Amino acid sequence: MKMPPFEYACPTSLSEAVKLLASHDGEAKALAGGQSLLPMMAFRVAQPTLLVDLRKLSGLGEIKISADGVRLGALVRWRDIEDDDRLDAAHPLLKAAIAHVAHYQIRNRGTVGGSIAHADPAAEMPGIAVACDAEIAVMGKAGARIIKAADFFLGALTTALQPDEIITEVRLPAWPASRRSGFQEFARRRGDFAMAGAALFYDLDKSGKASNAHVGVIGVGDRPRRLKPVEAVLNGSAIDEATIAKAAAAASAAVEPQEDIHASAAYRRSLTGTMVERALKSAAG
Amino acid sequence: MPVKFEVNGKPVSVDVEPRLTLADCLRHHLRLTGTHVGCEHGVCGACTVLVDGDAVRSCLMLAVQAEGAKVVTVEGLSNDDDLTPLQKSFRKHHALQCGFCTPGFITTAHALLTEEPDCDADRVREVLSGNICRCTGYIAIVEAVLDARSAYKKTTP
Repeated sequence: MKMPPFEYACPTSLSEAVKLLASHDGEAKALAGGQSLLPMMAFRVAQPTLLVDLRKLSGLGEIKISADGVRLGALVRWRDIEDDDRLDAAHPLLKAAIAHVAHYQIRNRGTVGGSIAHADPAAEMPGIAVACDAEIAVMGKAGARIIKAADFFLGALTTALQPDEIITEVRLPAWPASRRSGFQEFARRRGDFAMAGAALFYDLDKSGKASNAHVGVIGVGDRPRRLKPVEAVLNGSAIDEATIAKAAAAASAAVEPQEDIHASAAYRRSLTGTMVERALKSAAG
Repeated sequence: MPVKFEVNGKPVSVDVEPRLTLADCLRHHLRLTGTHVGCEHGVCGACTVLVDGDAVRSCLMLAVQAEGAKVVTVEGLSNDDDLTPLQKSFRKHHALQCGFCTPGFITTAHALLTEEPDCDADRVREVLSGNICRCTGYIAIVEAVLDARSAYKKTTP
């Protein structure tokens, strides 16, 4: 469908962009790659009166890797993550997850910040942010603030972001070289939204037992979330077949999936267990 | 609002509403109707064009966002009256029937082969998974793209 009329601005500084967003009674929206927002507008799910295009803002398109972790600028595209060989070691879980984001053409324009702000419950980037305890840096009228990923996603397409705030960066904590991780998702057609997915990692202690397990799921429920009961199964155990089976069962029990035209709740519950099982097998393998 | 960009090597200047997609701008304002509009929400891939070398969905991009960009449409890939090697390959392998999706497949495959002339069948399938064809069953399209790789190897250093 054609989009309804709206105003458009293309500011050259972050402060100007924030001012514009604050000027329309909460009816203005930031536009990055537009790969989620424009379809939402075509469907009238979003009806902003002003689009503030962020493409001329400098410094938001960089991937910074340091001892503190990985910092993804809000305008980093999926394509940029795919092409960055440093991330194979610096954040293999991110790299594995991003390979599943949408299709080739979308990956050339879709951005990290856009996906986080859109907050689709099945999207990979919000899932990685929650699974990895990421911090989301935002800038608004009241200044800059940092929001923990666990506090950022409030429900389907709903976040803690204020109408005048712009996501500037997603900060993923440092990734030890010996960490084990796995990402799995299932969709009927490659690139479509997952009916269920799992993003997980754990560290191994000297005796070969898992510690610091983080298990995130996407596509089940109204937002990405960590499954603490599954993490409890993994922590202190060797990741063998018995542990993996126990973790998969715990994952199925821990989620409250929704039913929709794509899959029943029972199917999603079962699929969640399968995704956790496969992710653990690929992590251990 | 006025927007200036380049289409198929020629500078263009249009006056458009912000809500106009790049796809509709190309078709209605610039009369380049080779770019087809299927779903208008980024699912079918028929409207794929190249923006600064990258394959993108022109229904998910506003014309005003193209300011200063170099846009190439399927018309820009043609070779006057002669078919390009990629187009010839589509013809040879019967990779189209009704042809509605074909401009999107050609632009997408061109971007892929330009960047990755050595891509294998799995990669071709993965990239083309963003384009929907309701006629062919895709096998012939994948074969056509694979067969056209040699033409891109010669021109790519």
